[in-house]
Amino acid sequence: MNPPPLIGYLGHNNRVSKVNRATAMQSLSVSFAVGLYGIAFGAAGITAGFSILQTCLLSLLTFSGASQFAVVGVIGAGGTAVSGIATASLLGIRNTLYGLRMAPLLQVRGVKKILAAQITIDESTGVAIGQEDLGPEAMKQGFWFTGIGVYVLWNFFTLLGALGAQAMGNPSAWGLDAAVPAAFLGLVWPRLLGKFERTLAITSVLLAIALSPFIPAGLPIILTAGLAVIFGWNVRP
Amino acid sequence: MSTFWVGVIGSSFALFVLRYLGYLVPEKYLTNPRMLRINTLIPIALLSALVGVPAPTEKGKWVIDQRFAGVFVALIALRLKAPYFVVVISAAATSAAIYRFK
Repeated sequence: MNPPPLIGYLGHNNRVSKVNRATAMQSLSVSFAVGLYGIAFGAAGITAGFSILQTCLLSLLTFSGASQFAVVGVIGAGGTAVSGIATASLLGIRNTLYGLRMAPLLQVRGVKKILAAQITIDESTGVAIGQEDLGPEAMKQGFWFTGIGVYVLWNFFTLLGALGAQAMGNPSAWGLDAAVPAAFLGLVWPRLLGKFERTLAITSVLLAIALSPFIPAGLPIILTAGLAVIFGWNVRP
Repeated sequence: MSTFWVGVIGSSFALFVLRYLGYLVPEKYLTNPRMLRINTLIPIALLSALVGVPAPTEKGKWVIDQRFAGVFVALIALRLKAPYFVVVISAAATSAAIYRFK
């Protein structure tokens, strides 16, 4: 695709740089807002018994907020590694769908494809789609700026949160044990758009709580994915 | 290798595979409407369960303690449209306060 000529009459394509300012600003603010939550994750990792290195590696490599919280949540509650990984994977399936959406736009190959895949998250995809009116160039910039911005800040704040929690000592004394379920609540809240979603959420909470004393930790959480399948099979929300 | 390390490496590997898959698979294979619908519901079910399990259970038993109060305050904060950070902090503060004074 050839860019339109930059020279010409005033008002036609008279941009001064190739970077769209509105897109860059949006990417930056999203990166900061999301990156800050890295503190909560860093603290959650330490609270669950992970080391600082392990907590930081989760942010560097797994790099998907809900999935990371799930791993530390499940394993911290005494669940097996397999149930932790399974829960994280189920939460991460949406990233596959984001990749499907981004692949035709980004047209990346080789190392760039690996990098693009690694930063394919809710936010980078969301900002990219949000730039649709501004054209594919702005969409691409939105994806890369937001993906890289969140990556850098999320990891920085994870380290900060992990160091902070380590220094605090007993997590219960600082309320960190309640901060983790509250963090999940904050993540699920915006998804509860209607009665259908709320019913599913409440059913899932009750099922998980009811099963917890009877089956190994982590399994009750994975089993609620079955509820999602049942709910989504026929009903149109 | 400890459970923690397996969790870190396993979830990192799984997440990368899931992401990379999106760039490999032709779009038509994953756009079945039922699958898309279930895919939007799975996070709701799992995240809700993740709220439920750590708050009122401990080592496989039901307990009501400071964590439950913290999550309840978080719920109120969300209803009042508080930003995410306020939600998490208010839960932590509530839980910490009850832990200290009980």
